[in-house]
Amino acid sequence: MASFERRFSLHVPSSTENLALIRDFVSGIGAQVGFDENEVARLALAVDEACANVIEHAYGSDSTREVTVRAVVEEGEIHFDVIDTGRHFDPSAVQAQSVEELVRQRRSGGLGLRLIRTIMDDVQYRIVAGESNELRMTKRLKK
Amino acid sequence: MPTNFSIEQSEQSGIQILSLDGYLDAHTAPQFEAVIQKHLEAGRVRIIVDCGKLTYISSAGLGVFMSFIEEIREQGGDIKLASISPKVYQVFEVLGFPELFQIEPDIPAAAARFHAGSGVD
Repeated sequence: MASFERRFSLHVPSSTENLALIRDFVSGIGAQVGFDENEVARLALAVDEACANVIEHAYGSDSTREVTVRAVVEEGEIHFDVIDTGRHFDPSAVQAQSVEELVRQRRSGGLGLRLIRTIMDDVQYRIVAGESNELRMTKRLKK
Repeated sequence: MPTNFSIEQSEQSGIQILSLDGYLDAHTAPQFEAVIQKHLEAGRVRIIVDCGKLTYISSAGLGVFMSFIEEIREQGGDIKLASISPKVYQVFEVLGFPELFQIEPDIPAAAARFHAGSGVD
């Protein structure tokens, strides 16, 4: 893999209709970087979950806004940044509940966060004041 | 824009078979939710979800199973899953679904579970 940083960006309207497009974008880059088929599928799932959260929570399902997915490839790892300009929603601050608890409460929310945390090696949320919210998910390549 | 998701429905000996085809994500989950809701309201609570042609599932899809399962079981029914591909199964597994749902290799095996009158292990 090249030692210099490479960046790829995708900007899409904030509609769930575009989640398939986002997954294709992530899968393409993941495969190019050297993740195997199962890992690529998991990366696409994690980014899908983050974008679905943004559409639902940051934008309140308003499909006229924009979601940006930025992939930053560095030596030995890849970062996926999901960027929005909606309400602050820090998924990393939310307590992940067990599936049993959610079923008992007849709730289905919170699963996406559990998936993101399980799949990714690191998850960080950053608010760029007056500009955007960025969720950075990092996955390291196995040697 | 057409979505890459569809649900084929059939009935076998009082059991609803819902065959999912394509991807089940935050965009398509409401379609699946509406179908389950319709069966629940009609009291048809013995349901097999055939995942043989399901290529992808995210938490929005999994959430549909979770939000209905308690009520369906309270009414004496169940949702059993069949024919899940390894790729989709890994998502179920990450969330601990195999402990909550009966997952069978195919539709006849899932139907046999209903006929045997067994609930959750």
